[in-house]
Amino acid sequence: MAFEKMELKDIEVWDGNRAAAQALRQAQVDVVAAYPITPSTPIVEGYAQFTADGYVEGEFVMVESEHAAMSACIGAAAAGGRVATATSSQGFALMVETLYQASGMRLPIVLNVVNRALAAPLNVNGDHSDMYLGRDSGWIQFDAYCPQEAYDLNLIAFKVSEDHDVRLPAMVNQDGFMTSHTAQGVHTLSDDAAYGFVGEFKPMNDMLDFEHPVTHGVQTEEDWHFEHKARQHNDLMTKVHPKINAAFAEFEKLTGRKYNLVEKYNMDDADVCVVCLGTSVETAREVALEMREQGIKAGVVGLRVIRPFPFMEVAEALKGIKAIAALDRSSPNGAAGMLFNEIAGSLFNTDTKALLSGYIYGLGGRDLTKAHLTALYKELQANVDAGKVTTPLQQFIGVRGPKLAYL
Amino acid sequence: MLEIRWHSRAGQGAVTGAKGLADVISTTGKHVQAFAFYGSAKRGAAMTAYNRVDDKVVMNHEKYMRPDYVFVIDPALAMTTDVTINHKESTKYIITTHLSTEELVKAQPKLEGKEVYTVDCITIANETIGRAIPNTPMLGAFMKVSGMYDIEFFKESMKRVLGKLPQKIIDANMFAIQRAYDEVK
Repeated sequence: MAFEKMELKDIEVWDGNRAAAQALRQAQVDVVAAYPITPSTPIVEGYAQFTADGYVEGEFVMVESEHAAMSACIGAAAAGGRVATATSSQGFALMVETLYQASGMRLPIVLNVVNRALAAPLNVNGDHSDMYLGRDSGWIQFDAYCPQEAYDLNLIAFKVSEDHDVRLPAMVNQDGFMTSHTAQGVHTLSDDAAYGFVGEFKPMNDMLDFEHPVTHGVQTEEDWHFEHKARQHNDLMTKVHPKINAAFAEFEKLTGRKYNLVEKYNMDDADVCVVCLGTSVETAREVALEMREQGIKAGVVGLRVIRPFPFMEVAEALKGIKAIAALDRSSPNGAAGMLFNEIAGSLFNTDTKALLSGYIYGLGGRDLTKAHLTALYKELQANVDAGKVTTPLQQFIGVRGPKLAYL
Repeated sequence: MLEIRWHSRAGQGAVTGAKGLADVISTTGKHVQAFAFYGSAKRGAAMTAYNRVDDKVVMNHEKYMRPDYVFVIDPALAMTTDVTINHKESTKYIITTHLSTEELVKAQPKLEGKEVYTVDCITIANETIGRAIPNTPMLGAFMKVSGMYDIEFFKESMKRVLGKLPQKIIDANMFAIQRAYDEVK
């Protein structure tokens, strides 16, 4: 190989952005087309630096907008290369049109989404508005709770996305600032081990294969459009989870770090649990442990994969639980909340008749404190003791002013 | 769990300092976390940075902290912001100032009865590094006050952390760390 290798310590103190950039380097991404935006900027900046310094044999393409960034990624992926980029918030919103193109054209691309609030009002801090905006785009969505996972899931995302039975783009979400700018110990893989795990890029229907001409991005009207969309959905529903599970198993063999579609923490005998995403999952785990010392059997469920939604696995994780708090870090703007609705859907036809309540929290980076979570677990226990939800079904955590509650 | 809050101005190197400290501590087998509140992220704006250190993986991602140590690396911030917010009985303060500890406490009665150490990181940085970047001297002072690591071990570790800088700058930082270690009171 013509590029330089980098010596890494077994444990590097990296923030989530650095961890993701290093994973892009180790995966030897061929093309990154990017229009940097806070808080994801250091990911593409890092890749550009690595490329300039000779650590990657790849191409960094500067473009004029996020729409152009994803368009260039689509072009490069269709040409037949390993492709990645990163964005956040408004940049993600501007990409949305092209996100559907990427998944509809069945192009493997890894997009790091460093989650940030959507304006207005303008805000650069972390919430899950952009993550939620991408839910129906046909992409695979992974969620990292800390820098280590941002690193690991990037490597896993390439492997799954590029699999010839999958051929769907994948997002790796991490919390803006709370993960992206928070330095923690990250267990590294050597360059060879990381690249060995991801594997050589194997092109499929690549436009640069002139012996086998193909067409990408065609028009289909009423005659074929539905069949294409149905086939894409079918592959998301039937093929992606098995491939993710296989990649998780192989990754565990390599590193000892075990990932699951749904991450359960102290759920086996739990009476009450919190379901959430991002860094909140880890904080909730710490609080759940403390609650057990106070006699409340608390657990935590985190989604590792948001799309395809692990419908059966969520129902299994919550089996027999008595009270659930669904924590959404995005304003549902006139509905109950994504996790509330998905959990309700997962459990509705099962024997688990849990008391489900929803909470909106952390918008625009507002802190979710351990004290908030402690009060929340106590509220869930009070629901269990009363045998009914004692509060409105939707409440807000950590917002100033009069207490807000609906439904 | 050891928790540290840095009070700084954007551009003075608190984030780099917090990450550098985390890097050094991580090599000794402890688990670390370093993060910051950026606010409007304008150069010169008051900001805070944070360290957490523990024997087990740091799972807590709340921004709220009741610090064991407060580092103030800009002299005016001890006057214009409440550096004692969310304090504990046992919180220790290391404050950059040209004043003596007695003079500082007299000027800021909220520090009365608290464990306050002072050191002039700005002057030290100006005279050694040649720029008012008071982050590394603060870490030298912290090594003295906390006794966390032998100063020679710490300096060797910081040489590695600063590895990509020109040798002249690294040497100047070592002088700055040692001077603050010697001068903190």
